[in-house]
Amino acid sequence: MGILAGKKVIIIGDRDGIPGEAIKACAESAGAEVVFSSTECFV
Amino acid sequence: MDLENQKRVKEFAEQYGPENVVVLLGAAEGEASGLAAETVTNGDPTYAGPLTGVQLGLKVYHVCEPEIKAEFDEAVYDEQVSMMEMVLDVDDIVSEMTSIREQYCKY
Amino acid sequence: MKSVIKGAGYILVHTPDMVLHNGTTQTTERIVNPDGEYLKELPSHIRSFDQALSYWPNQVYIGNKTPDDLAAVEQPWYDKTCDVNDRYGKFGQIMPQEEFLLLMQACDVFDLVKLDKDFVAANKPALAANPIMDESILARIGEGIDGAEVARLVNEEHSEGLYHNGTLVGCVNRAHDIDVNLSAHVMHENIVSKASSVMALLSAVQNAGISKDEVEYVIDCCEEACGDMNQRGGGNFAKAAAEIAGLNNATGSDARGFCAGPSHAMIEAAALVESGAYKTVIVTAGGCTAKLGMNGKDHVKKGLPILEDMVGGFAVVVTQNDGVNPEINLEILGRHTVGTGSAPQAVIGSLVTDPLERAGLKVTDIDKFSPEMQNPDITKPAGAGDVPQANYKMIAALAVKRGDIAKADLAKFTTEHGLTGWAPTQGHIPSGVPYIGFAREDLLAGKISRAMIIGKGSLFLGRMTNLFDGVSFVIQKNSGETQAAGVSEEEVKGMIAKAMKEFAATLLAQAE
Repeated sequence: MGILAGKKVIIIGDRDGIPGEAIKACAESAGAEVVFSSTECFV
Repeated sequence: MDLENQKRVKEFAEQYGPENVVVLLGAAEGEASGLAAETVTNGDPTYAGPLTGVQLGLKVYHVCEPEIKAEFDEAVYDEQVSMMEMVLDVDDIVSEMTSIREQYCKY
Repeated sequence: MKSVIKGAGYILVHTPDMVLHNGTTQTTERIVNPDGEYLKELPSHIRSFDQALSYWPNQVYIGNKTPDDLAAVEQPWYDKTCDVNDRYGKFGQIMPQEEFLLLMQACDVFDLVKLDKDFVAANKPALAANPIMDESILARIGEGIDGAEVARLVNEEHSEGLYHNGTLVGCVNRAHDIDVNLSAHVMHENIVSKASSVMALLSAVQNAGISKDEVEYVIDCCEEACGDMNQRGGGNFAKAAAEIAGLNNATGSDARGFCAGPSHAMIEAAALVESGAYKTVIVTAGGCTAKLGMNGKDHVKKGLPILEDMVGGFAVVVTQNDGVNPEINLEILGRHTVGTGSAPQAVIGSLVTDPLERAGLKVTDIDKFSPEMQNPDITKPAGAGDVPQANYKMIAALAVKRGDIAKADLAKFTTEHGLTGWAPTQGHIPSGVPYIGFAREDLLAGKISRAMIIGKGSLFLGRMTNLFDGVSFVIQKNSGETQAAGVSEEEVKGMIAKAMKEFAATLLAQAE
């Protein structure tokens, strides 16, 4: 059983790491439902 | 972690049940990844946000960790994230994330 | 003809009391955790003006040290003392808080900034001695009011306090009783931005060696918004600052794009000059009080001083080609489009490799890249990593992918084509533009032939779109042709007259 399939996924991306939208594309490719995606900025 | 984001995490955990929620992170460093992971498992370590003292114990991964990466469509990961593996210290991120999950993850 | 970069100004203001009273990390903490350890610990981590002066990255910002000098200093830098601690540098200056509070009052045209009269008397001579100040600005400084009245305004009239060394020395009044966009808080933020932009404008005009009257247009690219409740971002910071700076022949407008704002504005300025619409345009931006102490919690936790205690500003003078100064090449423009997406490789591809490929250039044809030049001394302890270094690694990774460099040369590429970050984390201030002053000198000296300036912006923070943004442009060595070297108007008239005569002669000959 996978970690993501059928789960509700919350994404906290980082502007200077991986942005939320890029992670969202990955999570959806694994069959997860993305309920929230955000990108934080420390600069 | 941003206070508004903490609020949303808390609300979603209540709405869907913490066992059904997975948090994915994209932080730039091991330490920052660990702090964000700690926030959604053991509570906000900076005592500022809505998750202060709230032990949700959510399942949490950094997007570059091998076990989560294995679940993604390879082409999508390659296009969206792969280059950042050359930029980030993935080993440090994995070790920080593993340590937090071992201590605080409930699911 | 391509436009050129005639000069630039870079200024910093040391604002320790604004860290405590106006930085959003601190104002938020005061609401959510007023009795917490952070607010108790914070005051003991504030730097003195002398410490701010002898901080390596600050001396690089105003031009007394170079990015190469900084790269040779072992990190971290907060515990090292720079061997130069001059408040003035070839690009601008580091102003102490007390002088800046007076300058804020001089920049306020609506009688909103009130200063304690004893404070004014004690500090006016210092501001008067500042080489960028002139009589017209100094004449704007009033005598001040009673300290008791300042305290009453803060306690009873919702005024935003102005503090120095922990003492209330003035305030910014609200400009309207109901309109939140004219509240004391917003007016304070905007007047700080305006006053630091004025400093940058004055420094840039001086450094470029032009007269104030030559300036025809000013573009402000900070991240604040000015307006009232019926037009929240109406503007125009550019013209407001130009007025105080005495740029009487200029109009202007504001360009916004989060941290990418300065690069957008530079491209717009170059296009305005190259098209002939205006002969001299200045791109300017003041700094941001909200970001003061932004990563303070991490700095305090790790026993560091509060390094985000500087308000920044910059201005770049763009003029018609003089045959000498470095040119802005609008034929090599990078742009992150709506369709680019937010994958880091797509972002860097759109800003770096795509425009170079269109121009038939390799990544190695650019001698220096200036992406986001945040000081790593500030960002590393806060978990954001070394931002310029991460950008260079991404550029290098794409260069490897394109076959421009070998994988083994990845580290060498980041050193040779990169720079060590020195700019304060003031959002738009570190974004690409901090290197323009040095790039101009390096290009004039023949040390490099091409530099790429890259601005990136986090549009999603405004909750209007999830998109990222960015634009890039190239500055290159002057080709040597001048605007005047072409055919002059007189010559054209002469040629036309000659052709007409010849034509008339032919007609006459035919008639005969």
